Amino acid sequence: MDIATQSIDGGFAEPVFNAQAVFRAIMDAMARPGFVQALPQLARPPAPLSATAGAVALSLCDNDTPLWLDPPLQAEASVKAWLGFHSGVPLANTPADAHFALIANPKEMAALDGFAQGTQEYPDRSTTLILLVDDLASGPSLLLEGPGIEKTSMIAPPGMPRHFVEQWKQNNQRFPRGVDIILAAPGSLACLPRTTRIKSMEA
Amino acid sequence: MNAQSTDIATYNFAYLDEQTKRMIRRAILKGIAIPGYQVPFASREMPMPYGWGTGGVQVTASIIGPDDVLKVIDQGADDTTNAVSIRAFFKKVAKVDVTTETAKATIIQTRHRIPEQPLTAGQVLVFQVPIPEPLRFLEPRETETRKMHALEEYGLMHVKLYEDIAKHGRIATTYAYPVKVEGRYVMDPSPTPKFDNPKMHRSPALQLFGAGREKRIYAVPPFTEVVSLDFEDHPFEVQTFDQPCALCGAENVYLDEVILDDHGGHMFVCSDTDHCEKRRADGHHGHLAPETHSASGKMEPAE
Repeated sequence: MDIATQSIDGGFAEPVFNAQAVFRAIMDAMARPGFVQALPQLARPPAPLSATAGAVALSLCDNDTPLWLDPPLQAEASVKAWLGFHSGVPLANTPADAHFALIANPKEMAALDGFAQGTQEYPDRSTTLILLVDDLASGPSLLLEGPGIEKTSMIAPPGMPRHFVEQWKQNNQRFPRGVDIILAAPGSLACLPRTTRIKSMEA
Repeated sequence: MNAQSTDIATYNFAYLDEQTKRMIRRAILKGIAIPGYQVPFASREMPMPYGWGTGGVQVTASIIGPDDVLKVIDQGADDTTNAVSIRAFFKKVAKVDVTTETAKATIIQTRHRIPEQPLTAGQVLVFQVPIPEPLRFLEPRETETRKMHALEEYGLMHVKLYEDIAKHGRIATTYAYPVKVEGRYVMDPSPTPKFDNPKMHRSPALQLFGAGREKRIYAVPPFTEVVSLDFEDHPFEVQTFDQPCALCGAENVYLDEVILDDHGGHMFVCSDTDHCEKRRADGHHGHLAPETHSASGKMEPAE
């Protein structure tokens, strides 16, 4: 399939209702960190962008929100063409300019503090990271607490960034500045807003 | 869908266009991630005047889906103008099911009350907010209040509460009583009576706040600390009522005064109409409940 066909195929079949369904899953996941939200396959983006991450991008990004792609995604012209055709999203030159970032390979990703953190006056002007993960249960367990969590919750995404727990602690300390993370796994997603504290990590 | 597309001129689902919804949705996510922080957003003109809930309507329109069940309350009541018209609006533009029952609703848009029945996980409470900035009446400049939030400088608010004590012997603020969210941001809970402040604390429901004219959205995620500001020697207290609801006999609920005649006759009834109806259906009676209705009926010819 050539790039032109790939970029046109695989968008939302029902843009209005699919975008709402995906947003609602993200909102509920953001409000209940670590709680895994199921999400049917609503978009079919070209690899290596996953269906879940593609759907999240289509429901949140548009021409107002510069998007940063990590090198594996940056290398795929079809991914850029697909995102451009379906959302009109401009690509950010640096992570610090990005409103959203799509990360296909979280293990090798740039440090969290390299992304936009917002300012003390406007902490909302920060990057939301969309991390593509294989699942939410097979990696090292992260025990979470904070707003949205009644007591504790548990999530175990594999292939997270290096020194993630330490980096996340620093992200917590920057509050109200900081980045928020959407973990996009096949068929499901979960969120780590900047308020969530990782209590412990079991190897 | 087919029926919709044959309409000659039809609105997008839930009235707002998709780009506006995305913009509001992004603001909602930031609001949830930074509890109590007021996220600026590009508020749109809505087919209703400012002050009638344009912020709440935009938030509801951005989150609502075809499977949602919507309840709208105005000062606790399902049957007042604002509630009826917003409910009709969403029935028309989003074709969603509406209800007056708190337990059945997935989204509850409210003007200045939180239902008496405890909310559950998965429900979303959308507040209509006139003035989102709790410091606004103390400091009119946005640049200054923003800096005060940035520096967590809330001394002025405590001075205001202290002045209440100096003047009245107690904290005289009864509604829009300032709260601190998760130990960081001081937030205006919208002009709900302070009676409802404790319900916000670690509520299982997600609470979203929309201010249309002031163009701000903020949020309190579930299970989040919401503490009303007070002093050690003047702890926060909610209103108490010395009589139960005249219709359903409920105690420890928020009551409205209803004037009955021109001779000073009045009664206190539940402000939450759904709660009151449920209780009466369950057989609870207050001293002016329907059995004694003939008494109030007799009063009418006297007018």
